[in-house]
Amino acid sequence: MRATARVYWRLLAAGFRRQSAYRLAALGGLVANMTFGFLKVAVLFATVRAAGGELHGYDTASMSTYVWLSQGLLGSVNVSGRTDLADRVKDGQVAVDFLRPVDLQAATVATEAGRSLFALLPRGLPSVLLGAVTVGMALPDTVLPYLLGGVSLVLGVAISALSVYLVAVAGFWLVETRGLQILYMVASGFLCGLFVPVALFPGWLRALAACTPFPAFMMYPIDILSGVAGTAGAAGLVLAQLGWLAGLAAAGQLLTRAGRRRLEVQGG
Amino acid sequence: MADLSGRLRPYRAVLSSRVRSQRAYRASFATDLAGSGVVGLVELAEVWVLFHNVTALGGLRFNQILLVFGLADLAFSLADLSCGHLDTLPAYIRAGTLDVFYLRPQPVLLQLITSDIALRRLARAGVGLASLSAGLVTSGAPWGPRTAALLALGLASGYATFAGLFVWAAGLQFFLLDGAEMTNAFVYGGRYAATQPAAVWTRPLKAVFGFFFPMAFTAYLPALAILRLPGPPWLPSWLGWCGPAAAAWTWAMGLLCWRWGMRRYQGGGG
Repeated sequence: MRATARVYWRLLAAGFRRQSAYRLAALGGLVANMTFGFLKVAVLFATVRAAGGELHGYDTASMSTYVWLSQGLLGSVNVSGRTDLADRVKDGQVAVDFLRPVDLQAATVATEAGRSLFALLPRGLPSVLLGAVTVGMALPDTVLPYLLGGVSLVLGVAISALSVYLVAVAGFWLVETRGLQILYMVASGFLCGLFVPVALFPGWLRALAACTPFPAFMMYPIDILSGVAGTAGAAGLVLAQLGWLAGLAAAGQLLTRAGRRRLEVQGG
Repeated sequence: MADLSGRLRPYRAVLSSRVRSQRAYRASFATDLAGSGVVGLVELAEVWVLFHNVTALGGLRFNQILLVFGLADLAFSLADLSCGHLDTLPAYIRAGTLDVFYLRPQPVLLQLITSDIALRRLARAGVGLASLSAGLVTSGAPWGPRTAALLALGLASGYATFAGLFVWAAGLQFFLLDGAEMTNAFVYGGRYAATQPAAVWTRPLKAVFGFFFPMAFTAYLPALAILRLPGPPWLPSWLGWCGPAAAAWTWAMGLLCWRWGMRRYQGGGG
């Protein structure tokens, strides 16, 4: 058991280290994050002011917190739907992955999570800090939201990696997953609350978003870290995340096992 | 005349082969078209969700912002269709395949632009066109030669501005390589900015996306001029007629960066 845990820990660390090699890429990401952040601040502040200074629990200070936390998380959650695994399923190289004595899902998710956690250092923290300095933001003054928020953030990273894994293994049946990937990109970016907080959606759209794992990547950790959710609300959100984590992990296991029998490697 | 058509023949041959190749796999092309259309619709939905909460933003109502969104997205999608593949330049540089383009007796930039045409983006242009039409009909824009002239001028110079932005970004890719995402800040950030009512921008944003990367000139300012609305500080609505100047500035900067990058390129060593 300990030996197995060590393998996945090392895969996580390897993902972390691999990402640390691309420093200029991280800087590029930061510049793009900040630019989009300032544009979002402009239009969302104007929306809050046009609504009379308060909109669905957001004032300009908590809206700023939302903007900069969401920009900071952007490098750590997958809202593009693209993965290396999807290419490996398509060209059959995944057969080699199946020969390794590790679980395909756990190994893929551990590597992706390592990459995502590294991205918090050059992209996540600076986005939040620069945003706080230039625009200002409201943060809770008790410890609990930060603790729960930290847990929720790690859960969000894992849920994102687990859901995008499902897109990749759908390739066992579809072969070409680009259509699915584009659909995932569009739905996840919108419903996770990347451009507009989910609370501002009309009721039916909010209900639709809650039926998908997407808000659990980004909106839930942000609502907890910014204090918008409150303590009871935060506990509920973390529970919902745990539910998604278990459900997506189970679905991934089932699809991997079924897909393994479908896999046909041409001309091997 | 015969000379000109002879010179254009290689470009035409490449482009028509790209068009044929996309039409060969019909199901795949249909999925791509649908995907591109959905991207456009969701971008429109992001704007609509904001207006679901308030009646006016930056002095514009939803039917007026449809005009801004339509102008911006139609021009951007068409520029993306014809020049968006310049984004793949870092892949060519890394693989060393850019050298091939230097060997042919044609300008490298022209070869790259005409090396592909992404027809799937027509679906997204369709969303832009629908939004523009809905905006024109419902926002009470006066009909007449003035509106027609502003629309034609705005769309043509908006298209040229976005295309110039792609060239500008490509020129910088020679230096950035791994940092290619930095140019996304002004290309895709620029598209996002172009669909916004610029009146909500802070002064630094007005300087950056109003003038340096002249995004306000592609949609917001022409829309103000069409609707005969006064502009916010720094952005008077008569600037809606100045789209061509913005396009010329973008292309000047784009070509400057492109030249600068081309001179620096040292080949893949193959």
